[in-house]
Amino acid sequence: MSTVAAISTPRAQGGISVIRISGEDALSAADRIFKPLSRNILPSEMEGYTCAYGKIVNGSEVLDDGVLTVFRAPKSYTGEDVVEISCHGGIFVTEQILRLILDGGIKAAGAGEFTKRAFLNGKMSLTQAEAVMDIISADGNAGLRCAESLREGALFRRIKKVSDGMLKLLGSLAAWVDYPDDDIPAVEEYEISAVLEAGIADLDKLLSSYESGRIVREGADTAIVGRPNVGKSTLMNLLAGCERSIVSDTAGTTRDVVEESVRLGDIVLRLSDTAGIHDTDDTVESIGVDRARKKLDAADLILAVFDAGSEITSEDRELAEKCRGRNAIAVLNKSDLEHRFDFSEISDCFKDNVTVSAEKGEGLERLVSAVEKLYGMTGFAPDMGVLSNERQRSCAERARLCFREALDALKAGATFDAVTILIDDGENSLLELTGEKASEAVVDEVFSRFCVGK
Amino acid sequence: MSHYIDSYDVAVIGAGHAGVEAALAAARLGAKTVMFTISLDNIANMPCNPSIGGTAKGHLVREIDALGGEMGKAADACFIQSRMLNRGKGPAVHSLRVQADRVKYHNHMKKVCEMQENLDVKQAEVTEILTENGTVTGIVTHLGGEYRVKTAIIATGTYLKGLIHVGDVSYESGPDSTLPARGLSDSLRGLGINLRRFKTGTPSRVHRRSIDFDKLEIQHGDGDIQPFSFETPREGLENIVLCYVAYTNEETHKVIRENIHRSPMYSGRIEGIGPRYCPSIEDKIVRFSERPRHQLFIEPMGLDTEEFYLQGMSSSLPEDVQIAFLRTIKGLERVEIMRNAYAIEYDCCDPQDLRHTLEFKNIRGLYGAGQFNGTSGYEEAAAQGLVAGINAARYCKGEEGITLSRSSSYIGTLIDDLVIKGCLDPYRMMTSRSEYRLLLRQDNADERLTPLGYEIGLISEERYKLFHVKQLQIKQEIARVKAKTLSPTAELNKLLTEKGTAEISTGVKMSDLIRRPQISYEDLKPFDAKRPELPYEVREQVGLQIEYEGYIERQLAEVEHVKKLENKRLPQPFDYNEIKGLSLEAQEKLNRVQPENIGQASRISGVSPADVSVLIIWLAARK
Repeated sequence: MSTVAAISTPRAQGGISVIRISGEDALSAADRIFKPLSRNILPSEMEGYTCAYGKIVNGSEVLDDGVLTVFRAPKSYTGEDVVEISCHGGIFVTEQILRLILDGGIKAAGAGEFTKRAFLNGKMSLTQAEAVMDIISADGNAGLRCAESLREGALFRRIKKVSDGMLKLLGSLAAWVDYPDDDIPAVEEYEISAVLEAGIADLDKLLSSYESGRIVREGADTAIVGRPNVGKSTLMNLLAGCERSIVSDTAGTTRDVVEESVRLGDIVLRLSDTAGIHDTDDTVESIGVDRARKKLDAADLILAVFDAGSEITSEDRELAEKCRGRNAIAVLNKSDLEHRFDFSEISDCFKDNVTVSAEKGEGLERLVSAVEKLYGMTGFAPDMGVLSNERQRSCAERARLCFREALDALKAGATFDAVTILIDDGENSLLELTGEKASEAVVDEVFSRFCVGK
Repeated sequence: MSHYIDSYDVAVIGAGHAGVEAALAAARLGAKTVMFTISLDNIANMPCNPSIGGTAKGHLVREIDALGGEMGKAADACFIQSRMLNRGKGPAVHSLRVQADRVKYHNHMKKVCEMQENLDVKQAEVTEILTENGTVTGIVTHLGGEYRVKTAIIATGTYLKGLIHVGDVSYESGPDSTLPARGLSDSLRGLGINLRRFKTGTPSRVHRRSIDFDKLEIQHGDGDIQPFSFETPREGLENIVLCYVAYTNEETHKVIRENIHRSPMYSGRIEGIGPRYCPSIEDKIVRFSERPRHQLFIEPMGLDTEEFYLQGMSSSLPEDVQIAFLRTIKGLERVEIMRNAYAIEYDCCDPQDLRHTLEFKNIRGLYGAGQFNGTSGYEEAAAQGLVAGINAARYCKGEEGITLSRSSSYIGTLIDDLVIKGCLDPYRMMTSRSEYRLLLRQDNADERLTPLGYEIGLISEERYKLFHVKQLQIKQEIARVKAKTLSPTAELNKLLTEKGTAEISTGVKMSDLIRRPQISYEDLKPFDAKRPELPYEVREQVGLQIEYEGYIERQLAEVEHVKKLENKRLPQPFDYNEIKGLSLEAQEKLNRVQPENIGQASRISGVSPADVSVLIIWLAARK
């Protein structure tokens, strides 16, 4: 296999960037560009798990200085000879160094290439590879526990329960068909439907927790919306625990979408404090309002802020309508003024409501528990095994659909051979989910989610 | 000293159900063919059950016929009772099974072989295969006769180093007290072929007058008989005999349990591995101890004999125990055994040494077929014989061998299972072995295979034309039915209500009504004024293809999906130890089987999905 290289740290300004080279020619490639300072020893002469400080050079030109670490096959991430060069962060310099390496005849690594090689060299299993991706991108403790539980097989066990039931059913159907002379009891319709219904119910539970699982892993895209000056930014600052948005009494101060990630209990909220949604003639401000509206449409979670001290307005009603059917919580922001907001008029647009005083920092606990309740986090144990990515979800979804079709066909009076085909199909989807059945789609899907350098 | 006798293109060793199909196919394709048998009086013998077909086996016979083989026609000519099994369980699993007249079947097949142009039938035991540079060049018989041949097909059934066991008595023998084939095994081992021991069993034959038929359940044949062969007319077929059902009881089981230590299977005298799916009665009683009774079928051996066969009661217990346990069964209290039950052990190859053409991987021109390849059953044997015969003839002409895919047929599934997965016990075909059951129905075997049979040269021009007419009629009628709308008349709604399905209030496509499980194509005839007069076989296809269209499309999509993996070709030969990510077991199995593509690799037991993923990525990375 050819030797490949890529920048393994995020492509952003930072203190340090790491370039990884993996393959047979990794060490000779390093020899060409790295001049060790203190010891007169080339990278190709270094032992595994040793490092050297030196200069990264293009002929006589010095590009940077850095630390080079050598990993010798098979004791490396990929199982091949690996060289990692830690240089000074900075997109320009790092990319220059990478280009220098590639110019020496090394290939650029494709997405997920290093992990693919690790996988090919027996360094990890496919499900481990998948979990690696989830761990890399997991925010928060619950997310990490989710990813770990996938590796350790909690999800596997839940799926296994359903697929074992189906396998047993398919087994009795097969025996009954293949041994008509053997006095084998006929499989009755009610037995088939009982197994199918139980399987569908289990998949229902699993699929409904997908949302919780996804929110735990990826966090909830949260839009804080409301009329201008009802206290959105104050709420955001309260949530974030620091002042980020500019707070002023003049309506329309927040002109852009400010983003912030905060931990609320087990859930990470990616907050967007939006410009107040109201009609405006100010061009600059209207861009902000427009973006706020879009943000509202795309959000996982809407925190609609209302001023408890004023009467309900038409803008409030309009906003409430937009929240109907969404994961929306009404936040009634209490001021010192008396409570004049008639929430009951719009209450059916919201999943829940809490009263807070953003300025005084009161009511945060109530908001946390409302959000957790909304995502079914009460009683949600992330290590009980959840579907944690789109591939797994679509397999479970397809299996459920097949079992439902089988149940419908059975009830409509279809012959068992046809029903069996549908159960077979569903079973195959479950086996694909757990990795017990290989398909190209699974492999592609798993590795396509890796970014270059991983 | 050996002496030269003659030269042939194809030599078939054995004249059982595999050998006969192989010899006929090769000869019909123009190869100069010789078929050897230890006894001419045992050609196409049925030493076990005198029946042809059964679940999935019936499918095989229909497929053999659709490709141009002989078994279906012979069964149609010699059956004495016919039944379509699984009628209530859906068209995918309908399976035809007939009771054949055993002597008549043998005589019929012997005559067919004798009359076949290009085919010589000879009584001799083949003891040696001659090769040069890994290619077959000849065979030698026990009398020292040497034949120069280009190919040899081994179809030795249970004869190869045959050893019969009854209780503590064992003796060298072929089935039914014939001579065993003693010499060939050593020659095969010398060629580097892995041999192993399998065993199978057969029940006793009893005298008609010792059975109290009054105490037994009668099993009738079908009123409306469907023949096996697509060429046999449906008219004039009839059942001649009745079969009977009896049951073992606690007393039977007690006798067997008390004497189990005298069974050579349990005392360890038999080393061969028996069929899991066709167990002896003692096996059934030990393995399914909770079952209070087991069924047995009492079937006549033919019209010119008083012998009856006890299906389901094969045994290797001693003679006195056999008599004792049979006499505990209601209706068999005074039973007289004419031929006792026995177990037989024999040498067979490991089919993983074979290609999909059934040629040995390491010896050009050498083929295996039937029980020698590790299967059990006449139909499985015949199917392989046909494929081996076709490929041996093609090899002689310098043509590429044919292989059948899993999605084309049960024959293809059978061979793929054998060659890729191998078998640890005698392999029996079952409908559950096919993932494409709804495509591989017994009723559409001609649609699936007759074009190939024609292309190969085993289907006559005349038959092929008739086949085309049938397919055209099916296509046209389906198109007509799909375009036709039925109005909601009182009569139609009356029918729908009677059949237990919803009435219609507006015009509905006739095909939509047929898709309702309660309504058939035939049911709607009174409401379909312009329906043409069509033969039964066409009407059957129209009904099935419309009713199961959704399921058929689903299976076709799966076929396409799997094809993607089949199209990913693996290098051959290849040392899989080079791919470090594979498990040790997978490396070993892949090195042994040397699969042609990822699809095949994924079916090898011991190659896990994770290993398959490794192969997929490895293959992609290689490019």
